[in-house]
Amino acid sequence: MNVPVEPSDNPELKPVPGPSALGGGWKRFLDLLWLISVNDFKKTYFGTVLGYVWSLARPLMLFAVLLFVFTKVFRVGSDTPHYPVLLLFNIVMITFVQEATLASVVSVVNQEGIVRKTHFPRLVIPLSVVMTSLFNFGTNLIIVVVFVIAFGVPITWTWLLFPVIVLLLFVFTLALSTLLSALYPRFRDIGIIWSVLVTALFYATPVLYPMNIVPDRYVDIVMANPLAPIFQQARHWVIDPSAPTAAAAAGGWVHLLPAIAIFIGLCVISVLVFRREAPRIAEEL
Amino acid sequence: MPKTEKSAPGGISKREAAEAALEAPVVVEVRDVEKTFRIPDHRVDSIKERAVHPFRKQNYRELKALDGISFDVHQGEFFGIVGLNGSGKSTLLKILGSIYRADGGSIRVAGRIAPFIELGVGFNPEMTAYENVVLNAVMLGLSRSEAEARVQSAIEFAGLEEFADLKLKNYSSGMMVRLAFSVMVEAQADIMLVDEVLAVGDAAFQQKCEDVFHDLRAAGKTIILVTHDMNSIEKFCHRAMMIHDGKVSILGTPEEVSEWYMRANFVDRDWKPGFHPGSAEEGDDAYVVDSWIEVPGGGRVENVQEGTAFTINTVVEGIREMPDPVLTFGVADENGVHVFYYEGRLSEAGVPTLAPGERVQVTATVDNLLSPGRYYLSTRGFRDGSTKDMRMQAVRITDFVVFGTAVGAGMVSLVSDVEVTRPGTDPEA
Repeated sequence: MNVPVEPSDNPELKPVPGPSALGGGWKRFLDLLWLISVNDFKKTYFGTVLGYVWSLARPLMLFAVLLFVFTKVFRVGSDTPHYPVLLLFNIVMITFVQEATLASVVSVVNQEGIVRKTHFPRLVIPLSVVMTSLFNFGTNLIIVVVFVIAFGVPITWTWLLFPVIVLLLFVFTLALSTLLSALYPRFRDIGIIWSVLVTALFYATPVLYPMNIVPDRYVDIVMANPLAPIFQQARHWVIDPSAPTAAAAAGGWVHLLPAIAIFIGLCVISVLVFRREAPRIAEEL
Repeated sequence: MPKTEKSAPGGISKREAAEAALEAPVVVEVRDVEKTFRIPDHRVDSIKERAVHPFRKQNYRELKALDGISFDVHQGEFFGIVGLNGSGKSTLLKILGSIYRADGGSIRVAGRIAPFIELGVGFNPEMTAYENVVLNAVMLGLSRSEAEARVQSAIEFAGLEEFADLKLKNYSSGMMVRLAFSVMVEAQADIMLVDEVLAVGDAAFQQKCEDVFHDLRAAGKTIILVTHDMNSIEKFCHRAMMIHDGKVSILGTPEEVSEWYMRANFVDRDWKPGFHPGSAEEGDDAYVVDSWIEVPGGGRVENVQEGTAFTINTVVEGIREMPDPVLTFGVADENGVHVFYYEGRLSEAGVPTLAPGERVQVTATVDNLLSPGRYYLSTRGFRDGSTKDMRMQAVRITDFVVFGTAVGAGMVSLVSDVEVTRPGTDPEA
């Protein structure tokens, strides 16, 4: 074994960084984020024989059941153009939010060893979970593209705007995930509460139903959910240009303000809480 | 680093070596570091409790783990930190390693500092050895490209070239430890913070670890070692420091500190015994409530006559949930030599999980073959049905004296009968 001697005559003393959300510089943060996300992804896709098929199975099963119920039983979808494609598209998007947040809640506690025994940037933990879900989201979108082509959904230039939707979903999900992961070590019932709320979020978001069948007096309430305008806009841009934009569906830009306020508020609270909790998470576990 | 030659055995005295080390520049400067843990008397872990009693004031017990610690470590120095359970030494290490934040004071370091609280932290059983080494090395402070450049030599050093692409879950625990240790060496931090990682692995591996420590020492690495083991302090360290009740109680040569530690531990019992019943080591998942010796029909005793069977009883209470708990017990003589060992698998006794506040008693019946002398009981607690993940450690929780006439007749008397015959003749005849 060779351990090179590196004598330095004038070592410069610097304060230790201490535990924090970013801990130890951006380079290290990104290296760790990359390695952990890639490893998680590999584990999902190469860990089991059918890897990729399994990750598709859940949204596809849900899609098949819901498609039957809402086109044959309730007939909500029969008036909506390209309803099956829209439904699948929505399910794939909401799956990303649900999967990422549910996995994030317990993520910091699950990585207890790392948190309590190494100098580790705390934010990497929920962020890598969200990144893994984002990879899954990307692969699930391939199926959506297959359906889009199979059902003859017209190709439009507004498809190019889809990354904006992904960005908004990503920021929203990340804000929720970091907030939940920072609170869970102190309040363990966040886990149960969130598993209930995530189902509520599914129905509160226009996944199954198009916005136009929501009774007028409830539109403002539904549209206060930041996901609602995002989904509506995604529908307008990707599946059906004749569908109203988010602003039109809400009844004007002003009606989108509550959703925007909640979105920004969530991000701010998330950053504040995580920054406050990060240095002492090791002590709380 | 000329220091290492100076401290070579037979050259100059340890004191001179320690003084020589002081000439090198300071690389770790600790000034008045304080750390207080707030321990809630009644832990509010759920929102429901908050909601039901929104205005109930949380009562905290303040535990001053570190109370104004100051010291310097010089470049190339092998610096030991010792202390009794709960003295604050592990807290100090975690603050140095940026795992906990200090409440007051300052710590400045020169160069990259990496903590080794436990070997193989963050190893993922689903990933290959190669992937784990890269990830672990980055966690220890290397950049990704540096880590990838060194992964090969780390795997070679561990002697695991053939298994580089094997998933870690297929590794034996010995291979895993070897791998973890090589990553630690290859990570090449300027300052290494080591917390008793030597206490793992078989004898051959321990020897290898010792060799590595000698090499690191000779290469002029700065190492801070936290340990209970006075042997390693005396073997490796240039200087050492003892912490007691969050304060530096002595800082000097390994011999001075070691002597002080021994006196604090065993001789002057009023000074502070090694263990206070009911005190938990910070971070442990369970603690020892009480431990004692009983002789049949005699109740609790402190002395046992040689040859008299007795029981060792220990009551442990959970702090955090411990699934499939295993408690191991070791009895050592006055020189710290282990005499015997036993373990209690709680799941076999109908305790699949040790819940917070739950108490269990482990009673061992001992055929007393011990020679007269003083013996000490230590215990460790593990979770998940194996002895890998240690969650409790309590050293010298009780002691007892075996008295009798066979003083100096070895450690145990295993011989039950001695027969003398003339060779060639039939003893039965």
